[in-house]
Amino acid sequence: MGNYYIPAKYLFNKIVDVEILTAPFITSKTIELGSKYSPDFVCTPFKYTLGTMIEALDNGANVLVQFGGGCRYGYYSELQEQILKDLGYKFELHNLITSGKTNVKRIYKIMKRIDKKFSIIKGLYYLYITKNMVKYMDKIDDYIRRNIGFEVTKNSFLNLNKEMLNSFSKVNNSISLYILYKKYFKKFKKIKINKPKNCLKVGVIGELYTLMEPFSNYYLEKELASFNIEIKRFTNVNYLLFKHQKTINKALNKSKKYMKYQLSADASSNVFWTKYLCEKKYDGIIHIKSSFCTPEIGVMPIIDKVASNYNVPIIYFSFDANTSEVGIKTRLEAFYDMIEMRRK
Amino acid sequence: MNCYLGIDIGSISTKGVIIDDNNKIIASSYIWTEGNPINSVKKLVNILKNSLDKKYVVKGIGTTGSARKLIGLLLDANVIKNEIMAHAIGTLSIYPDVKTILEIGGQDSKIILLNNGIITDYAMNTLCAAGTGSFLSSQAKRLNIDIEDFGSLALKSNNPVKIAARCTVFAESDLIHKAQVGYKKEDIVAGLCKSIVLNYLNNVGKGKKINSPVIFQGGVSKNLGVLKYFKEILKTDVIVDSNSHLMGALGIAILSKKNSVDKVYDLNIQDINFDTKAIDCGGCSNNCEILRIYKDNKLIDIWGNRCDKYIKN
Repeated sequence: MGNYYIPAKYLFNKIVDVEILTAPFITSKTIELGSKYSPDFVCTPFKYTLGTMIEALDNGANVLVQFGGGCRYGYYSELQEQILKDLGYKFELHNLITSGKTNVKRIYKIMKRIDKKFSIIKGLYYLYITKNMVKYMDKIDDYIRRNIGFEVTKNSFLNLNKEMLNSFSKVNNSISLYILYKKYFKKFKKIKINKPKNCLKVGVIGELYTLMEPFSNYYLEKELASFNIEIKRFTNVNYLLFKHQKTINKALNKSKKYMKYQLSADASSNVFWTKYLCEKKYDGIIHIKSSFCTPEIGVMPIIDKVASNYNVPIIYFSFDANTSEVGIKTRLEAFYDMIEMRRK
Repeated sequence: MNCYLGIDIGSISTKGVIIDDNNKIIASSYIWTEGNPINSVKKLVNILKNSLDKKYVVKGIGTTGSARKLIGLLLDANVIKNEIMAHAIGTLSIYPDVKTILEIGGQDSKIILLNNGIITDYAMNTLCAAGTGSFLSSQAKRLNIDIEDFGSLALKSNNPVKIAARCTVFAESDLIHKAQVGYKKEDIVAGLCKSIVLNYLNNVGKGKKINSPVIFQGGVSKNLGVLKYFKEILKTDVIVDSNSHLMGALGIAILSKKNSVDKVYDLNIQDINFDTKAIDCGGCSNNCEILRIYKDNKLIDIWGNRCDKYIKN
């Protein structure tokens, strides 16, 4: 998912003494494989992850580790395991999150099974570094998203980001990681940008997988950046792993007018974020999800109401394995034209 | 004198207008695309050229519609814009106070909401072509009715049949069933027109506030039956302009005028040979479909690549 394979690989490399394979980058073949063996009406992340698993197994992996929960996704790992076993693959699959909770004892047992020499102290030590790494990555990503549309030299942000992630994966303690982060943040700020003071600003919200895996949203953020738009996205791994419940509580508290009870997955957060984006006078909101994503479908009318109360335009996209790219481009282009016209 | 050409290349029809400096239409044409946008544009440009007074020079070309990119490239257009903007601009030039634009075209349908001449919201149909012109024309063929008589036939009915409007496949089986149990043709046709309206309002117009003045356009706006049911269900007057099918082309012509650079365009494109060649790249597992466009056997552009392997030159 995006660049997050880097901290994940880092963590497992450090704590268990086994060979870690990273799944190949998602391509059309991944989704083709995934769709072929998935139920047709399952949401798209299922298809992507299944395709990735098949590719990883074909590359010789024999233990798969998954983090999943929040919505229907919590059941996917068992279903995918069954599908893959029916296909004749031999492997172990571990979902580190069970019934939406992280059980430390269970994870310890799993780790022990993967590597007998696994030490809990070493595990916690590197977990802490990884946690910080994700936090820094997300902070940098946020800065990139706000400015990448205005870079003077093409790809300067992406190249520096690659360089940073590469050096991140070589650290051994959290202090040197912090120093690196500060160093690169300065470098990022030095990248020449040509950003007008009142540029167009758009917030991107919706379902987490589609938001974070650029291949699955047809590089929507890249497309937006090409229109010279500043992009704000809240969903990232740091939020999902460490700030999820806190954000939901805050969301329920701050958006009482629109919802009484907690909605599943990120739906409540999305209501809150919509309100936030409206209050911060963003020019538009884009809500994206994979087709058949139940929590997000359920929350769309509420989001619609918030946005219309504040009179902020919002568009919705549903992505499936075979969405027409041209259709998305036309709608995005029209959205850009509209918010630009409203500005004038 | 200066004039500007706007072309709207849709899935079913190709529309073209030429306007003068005052946005007045001085030539227009409407022909079928027949699955070949390049040929139909050649034909269209020829028709427009012949009806154009010799005193005019073309100073700008704009393209819109689903083949806008390809045709824009071939004609070297100075503006290539999506249909939503084109329709809004075109309609605003005639009805400056329009609040809602309902548009049903060949394969897509859209709603555009405006306030004080600014687009405030829009929606387009997603996923399927239920409730669009192509559905109507295929059903007309099934019932052996000329599509141009479809609307007037629907007006004859006092008792439109109920047809499941959610999905074209269901609608069609419903339609066959209704025909087999002996409903009159005009009742079935009227039912179809009504189902188009219901489908449109449920899918595209869902949750949108439709304020008058309401303008209805796109090819289907010429269908009197559909217009009747829009008026009936929305309980408001719905205006169909005599040029309603040309609004997209008009809008893009106006945009082209606004962005015109000092360049004179030649409308003699009959003998230019345009060719597109598609290959599957095969360089990685993305297997991009690479489309190469040739003008008189000279490569002018390449589309479809996700990486930098295929770039022009």
